[in-house]
Amino acid sequence: MEGEGALHVTVRDGVVERADLQIYEPPRFFEALLRGRGYTEPPDITARICGICPVAYQTSACNAIEDACGIQVGGAIRELRRLLYCGEWISSHALHIYLLHAPDFLGYPDVIALATDHRDIVERGLLLKKAGNAILELVGGRAIHPINVRVGGFYSAPGRARLDRLAEQLRPALDAAIATVHWVAGFDFPDLELEHELLAVHDPARYAIESGTSVRRSAGPNFAVDAFSNHVVEEHVPHSTALHAGLDGGRYLTGPLARYTLNHEQLSPLASGLAADAELGEMCRNPFLSIVVRAIETVYAVEEALRLIEEYQPPEPSYVAVPARDGVGHGVSEAPRGLLYHRYGIGSDGLVRSATIVPPTAQNQAAIEDDLRRIVSANLHLDDEALAGLCERTIRNYDPCISCSTHFLDLTVERR
Amino acid sequence: MGNEYRRDDGIGPALVAALEDRRLPGVTLLVSDGEPARLIDDWAGVPLAIVVDAVLCEPSAPGEFYRTDVPIHEHQHDPGLERRPHSAGSHSLGIPDALRLARAVDRLPHRLVVYAVEAADVTFGTDLSAPVAAALPRLVDAVVTELSRSRE
Repeated sequence: MEGEGALHVTVRDGVVERADLQIYEPPRFFEALLRGRGYTEPPDITARICGICPVAYQTSACNAIEDACGIQVGGAIRELRRLLYCGEWISSHALHIYLLHAPDFLGYPDVIALATDHRDIVERGLLLKKAGNAILELVGGRAIHPINVRVGGFYSAPGRARLDRLAEQLRPALDAAIATVHWVAGFDFPDLELEHELLAVHDPARYAIESGTSVRRSAGPNFAVDAFSNHVVEEHVPHSTALHAGLDGGRYLTGPLARYTLNHEQLSPLASGLAADAELGEMCRNPFLSIVVRAIETVYAVEEALRLIEEYQPPEPSYVAVPARDGVGHGVSEAPRGLLYHRYGIGSDGLVRSATIVPPTAQNQAAIEDDLRRIVSANLHLDDEALAGLCERTIRNYDPCISCSTHFLDLTVERR
Repeated sequence: MGNEYRRDDGIGPALVAALEDRRLPGVTLLVSDGEPARLIDDWAGVPLAIVVDAVLCEPSAPGEFYRTDVPIHEHQHDPGLERRPHSAGSHSLGIPDALRLARAVDRLPHRLVVYAVEAADVTFGTDLSAPVAAALPRLVDAVVTELSRSRE
């Protein structure tokens, strides 16, 4: 969901009545255009939804289609899928931490001003991002909208030697990732605790990235992936072209804070130790701390990528056959910005009958609006320009896709 | 730079496709989404980087293109660059941001030439508009000439 944002605030007698975050994404009708396409096409088509997290779209699509066809992909193919996804996490988290988010905490207007004063720090971020891109290029075929992913696995699997060379590039990235945690943990964080429920994919075996067996929530029992739409319901709201999702009717949050709070016991010893150093505790509900969680997840993803390379055996063949059959399948994965759910209905003719895609930004939109309502209420004394800056910063905590823009928010305060 | 699925924003990718057939020795052809971190890695340290992108202008003369030998070093800093028309892409960080970031982290090319092509239509779709498609052969010639001249 790459678009522009606007915030319309209505104030009556000094009290904020409404804070409507409008996302001007022109409707792209992906779900409609998938209907009638071949069941092998959604990974490539849905990858185009996002230029920063295409692997998440490809992976959730593959998971859902394989589920519909009754195939479980495991072994070396699944491990290669996880490695590719680690590349996306590293690249996306490094982009967000260094190019978009850190300047907010350090009083710089953007990363260019930060680089002018702290070139070595920005160099470190670029090194990390490049390491993530290197994984995407090698395993995915290219860094933007990878082309090597197919239902059932990959068109081709890289050989051992090429991955060994990739590991050489990743080792310095691990040091850079660790240094990133120490750096961001030293920022000043405003006190804020949000009450919203948290939602993340859960895999009993490891920190969920590329798939999971259930969906874990902070105020209720886990539910099965195929029960997602029983709990998460999207609705149109008049002020935005992006759908709003509710969890059993309530606001909720997915993404780094949810993953950390719900699954942190599965982080590696190194990542857990760094989380303890950063004083994150058992749960994290302060959206400003999302930058710390992203840094810790970057360490985890680099370590995990190195482990996957170490244990890698090229799958032969590089995919499992997934014959079409009549059915409905559900797929989840943890995009850098949060849980990404796909559901496909497939006919015995191999054509997609129905498609539903629930991206993280739509799920988080109500929570972002609520946070904005609080921040505007507490700062009504500011002029509109200062208030817009504060709101942009609030939105960047969540990293919805609109935060690609450095100055993206068109703020209107209607004072009655 | 550009997106081949946003009509005239695909002029950069269309140029790359046209030049791939020419098999130009010593020339690396890349399609980029213009994301600054990636862009500055692509051009860091090369003798000549040529960036081709679509721009939206008001008033507009679709298919017209403009060549700028970008002053890349601090002492040559051209404040006019920041005032030039915005990229037609949907990311707000554009070539000027990439240039400034590259300057800050010492990843400039030795020379940077930008060709900005006036776009008529950047809505969804894969075809270039007629005036931009008609400009493609002239653009190819201009870039090939640019590359030849740089070798002299």
